[in-house]
Amino acid sequence: MTWFTRRLRRLAPQLAALAIILGIISLIAPGFLTISVQNGRLYGSLIDILVRAAPVALLTVGMTLVIATRGIDLSIGAVIAICGAVAATLITDGYPLPVVIAVSLGVGIVCGLWNGILVAVLDIQPIIATLILMVAGRGIAQLITEGVILTFNDDTFAALGSGALAGIPIPIYLWVGTALIIGLLMRRTALGFLIEATGINRRAASLAGVRARFLLFSAYAISGLCAAIAGMIVTADIRGADANNAGLWLELDAILAVVVGGTSLNGGRFSITASLIGALIIQSINTGILVSGFPPEFNLIIKAGIIIVVLTLQSPAIITLFGFIKASRRSDKLNHGTKEATR
Amino acid sequence: MSAPHALLEARGIGKSFFGISALEDVDFTLEQGEIHALLGENGAGKSTLIKILTGVYRRDRGTIYLEGNEVSPDDVAAAQALGIGTVYQEVNLLENLTVAENLFLGRQPRRFGMIDRHTMRDRSKALLARYGLDIDVDALLSSYSVAIRQIIAIARAVDLSGKVLVLDEPTASLDANEVKGLFTVLRQLREEGVGIVIITHFLDQVYEIANRVTVLRNGRLVGSRAISELPRLDLISMMLGRELQHITRDHQAEPETIDDRGAPSIQFQNYGKKGSVAPFDLDIRPGEVVGIAGLLGSGRSETAFLLFGIDRADSGTATIDGEQVNITSPEAAIVNRFGFCPEERKTDGIVGDLSVADNIVLALQARRGWMRPISSSAKRELADSFIKSLDIRPADRERPIKFLSGGNQQKAILARWLVTEPRLLILDEPTRGIDIGAHAEILKMIERLCSEGMSLIVISSELEELTAVAHRVIVLSDRRHVAELSGRQLTTDGIIRAIAGTGETEAA
Amino acid sequence: MIHARNLPFVTTLAIFIIAYGLCVLQFPNMLSTRVIGNLLTDNAFLGIAAVGMTFVILSGGIDLSVGSVIAFTSVFVAVMVGSFGVHPLTAFLAALVISTLFGCLMGAMIRYLMIPPFVVTLAGMFLARGAAYLVSTQSVPITHEFIDTMLGFYIRFPGGGRLTLLAMVMLIVFAVGIVVASRTRFGANVYAIGGNLQSAELMGVPVGATTIRIYALSGFLSGLAGIVYTLYTSSGYSLATVGVELDAIAAVVIGGTLLTGGVGLVAGTFIGILLQGLIQTYIVFDGTLSSWWTKIVIGILLFVFIVLQRTIIWYSDRRLAERQLKEV
Repeated sequence: MTWFTRRLRRLAPQLAALAIILGIISLIAPGFLTISVQNGRLYGSLIDILVRAAPVALLTVGMTLVIATRGIDLSIGAVIAICGAVAATLITDGYPLPVVIAVSLGVGIVCGLWNGILVAVLDIQPIIATLILMVAGRGIAQLITEGVILTFNDDTFAALGSGALAGIPIPIYLWVGTALIIGLLMRRTALGFLIEATGINRRAASLAGVRARFLLFSAYAISGLCAAIAGMIVTADIRGADANNAGLWLELDAILAVVVGGTSLNGGRFSITASLIGALIIQSINTGILVSGFPPEFNLIIKAGIIIVVLTLQSPAIITLFGFIKASRRSDKLNHGTKEATR
Repeated sequence: MSAPHALLEARGIGKSFFGISALEDVDFTLEQGEIHALLGENGAGKSTLIKILTGVYRRDRGTIYLEGNEVSPDDVAAAQALGIGTVYQEVNLLENLTVAENLFLGRQPRRFGMIDRHTMRDRSKALLARYGLDIDVDALLSSYSVAIRQIIAIARAVDLSGKVLVLDEPTASLDANEVKGLFTVLRQLREEGVGIVIITHFLDQVYEIANRVTVLRNGRLVGSRAISELPRLDLISMMLGRELQHITRDHQAEPETIDDRGAPSIQFQNYGKKGSVAPFDLDIRPGEVVGIAGLLGSGRSETAFLLFGIDRADSGTATIDGEQVNITSPEAAIVNRFGFCPEERKTDGIVGDLSVADNIVLALQARRGWMRPISSSAKRELADSFIKSLDIRPADRERPIKFLSGGNQQKAILARWLVTEPRLLILDEPTRGIDIGAHAEILKMIERLCSEGMSLIVISSELEELTAVAHRVIVLSDRRHVAELSGRQLTTDGIIRAIAGTGETEAA
Repeated sequence: MIHARNLPFVTTLAIFIIAYGLCVLQFPNMLSTRVIGNLLTDNAFLGIAAVGMTFVILSGGIDLSVGSVIAFTSVFVAVMVGSFGVHPLTAFLAALVISTLFGCLMGAMIRYLMIPPFVVTLAGMFLARGAAYLVSTQSVPITHEFIDTMLGFYIRFPGGGRLTLLAMVMLIVFAVGIVVASRTRFGANVYAIGGNLQSAELMGVPVGATTIRIYALSGFLSGLAGIVYTLYTSSGYSLATVGVELDAIAAVVIGGTLLTGGVGLVAGTFIGILLQGLIQTYIVFDGTLSSWWTKIVIGILLFVFIVLQRTIIWYSDRRLAERQLKEV
């Protein structure tokens, strides 16, 4: 089996689900697949999906790594609010753009490291550890914006959310670029492999000399960093920081994207690409329901229905059932093979 | 004494998992008031049979009779109601509940639909008093030792079921005194007419307490005999199905003691940790196998933890080739080219979902750091060469390691360390839970490695194994290194005498 | 003697008493029955939901659907009574049946499909919220004689405070919850499952039935909380009570229940609710503090309690190890 076919096999269920969902939507809403160029910028529902998916896709990249370590990061929605608030405050105070971006990213990393300390050093269950920042984070964001929606007028920063470069909206560059960089970082170095080992069996990995704490720290820090980028896109998009609603429940979308992408919540083997396709599936459903002319009330319930179907199909019970059928067939084959070999 | 019907009788039991047969046409008979040992190597089908009798698994074929009546326990609760109670080795009672709550879980005495705590406490007290246990039943179970928990579990099972008591490896984590206490309880229950099935791998204990043994091998019944007419050698050959091969290093041809095997390359001086192991000196020479012997809890695994930096020493120094080193973590130990195969292979050794190849390169990758990845072609080559040289089966480097048998997993863990080319390899119970074939291969491997100049520390509770492979054996007792045996003194009897503290070789 | 496992509860209680004392020193009015009565009424729906959450967390699970189920129930009841003229009692009963069945379904998915509770109840959260939107996206006011009678029923304390029907319902739910958790076989089974699922199963605990009952109970209490919320606001709104599950989880944890399951007290959750209510009341009394301090303080409290629990586990593990060492 070549590398390519193995990849394809891993991604097949997600790609198929995405294709089916896009197909259904295009049947209901005929203009769905068309892409047009206006004023040198691409327009169309598909482009819209890619742009709207940016925040969730970014969160999904970090969440995939955290989940691979057998953790979970509930705080990233709140981190979006915090980083958005920081960025908006600095912009209104007249700081230059590089400073704004650097400080916001730094704040995101600090948030991630805080989670990392709780999880890796104090050994607190990830779901509980990140709950703290999830609860307190929005309060902190409101503290920064002093309880108002902090608007600003800075076209350069706003371009992060609504601008375009060579016809392609900037948010797409940001999430695809981040995903590529982090994906390469994981697979071109041994980071991904070591994170998987830690997620599957932290104790065994530690005894083999893997520095599990460092890996946990880096996963949560990357998660915070991704949330910071997402926070800047969200803030730039609406030209304001809304501490109450920015990134609200996006962590749950990101977790769903990872789960739909087939990475187990029990940690271990992960695929950032599959998670991103999961994020695109979720965004396609959102956009699809809108363009299909369903009343927006249906949005959540259709999404919930699809998610429940996907979860059921991927549930351990069903997988074990299929897995055993497959395994028993394979072991039959193998037994034949070894018998022949010994003959 | 023969009752019209046996207490528990199973006929023609068969069970397969997804096409692979685990148990085939097995008969088993338990009489009232007997202790019946169920023996066999790992994978013989002991636990499958037990799980069928106690309602955890459903059988595919066969019939079960309890006191002559056909029964079909579908789940644990049904088996308990019929009178068949079980005490498992590890997953036992609930640590977060009190003793009384554990004893009466699911059958709490009630008044007006509410749990009657007073009655529950009194009845718990009375129940445990029968076993000579007078403890605070309102304290959490977690505040008591494993031995006491074991008795509580037995008390619960007997009170709950009363006819048949199944014990799965009850003595595995008990010391000698605790085993004695447990056996007193079992004898008392036997007097009262309870039928007891006991799974154990300690043959001494079988001869001490059992009336009958039933031996399984590869899912089939080998035989069932009264212990009084079964010499030990016959029993072993029933279990193994072949004569034991003696590959014993011939210490008798050696001088009385051997002190001089060249200069030590690794030295630990006054090395120890409070509450774990008393300070000890240990010199290891290249190409030497140092055995560590002692009872469970004597500090033998703790010694390994200390040497490998899992626990931090609070006294003493470590020197390698004359240079002092600090071994404060596994990473530091690995940097100094140490390797460690832990006793608990499943929890501390393998990374189950990763492939055999990934497991083999894990320690090397960890030592290189995340920035210097091992290329996939190098990984393939390494994995394939070790799969070949250690004969890991199936020879499929991409297969998740959790699907391999225990012996092959152990070989893969060995390979994990061999790729790092260690100067010292610590093996904690390297042959536990491994089938007999892999067992011999691993012992041979140890021989080969030390002939190539590697130093090894082998911890084992099987004394024959230790005397067979080790040049020297350190004996531990009460968390102290009490003796060092080598040369002609190195015999199983010598080790036992040293553990018992009666050895004339002490403080040699 | 205080069991180590009850230490978090005792700590919460002590913190609450000290905090309340400090508040009273600064604002003597906070001791009035009026304030206490309001505190109970304002937090009635949250308290009821938190009792269900306590059982879920004791069993080692989590229920994220609570806030959405409350919103669904409230908008469902409001539409039934307001638009269709159904008698409130019938509407209440229907709402409770739906929410209980919903909980059953989630429990069954957790048990039989082996999907983690976190994920199942997350999907449940979306589903219930979506169902609420389907019923109505407007805020639906509700008026009915019967409801007015219910709201008019209260016990007057000396000093002008009122113990409203809503507060009474919460207190009853807590009382029943305490008894169920500590004095019934179901309660014991919940602790057993939370302590160690495998052992519980081997000891004959009906894990499947108990799991379903736990989530059904949480669904039922979320429904009841939704009804109380409807009465409290005299309206139903599908966008309301977003994130109430987090407040409930916070109350449970601050009340000393281990999020890993198996250890905790329903009474602790009550103190957790009171403590949260106290923070809000203090902020109202102070007048200069902004509302977001509630979240920050709750976050800090969560942190303190989680670290405290961690320390207790470390400490008791070490003590056990030392004792075993001595035995050896």
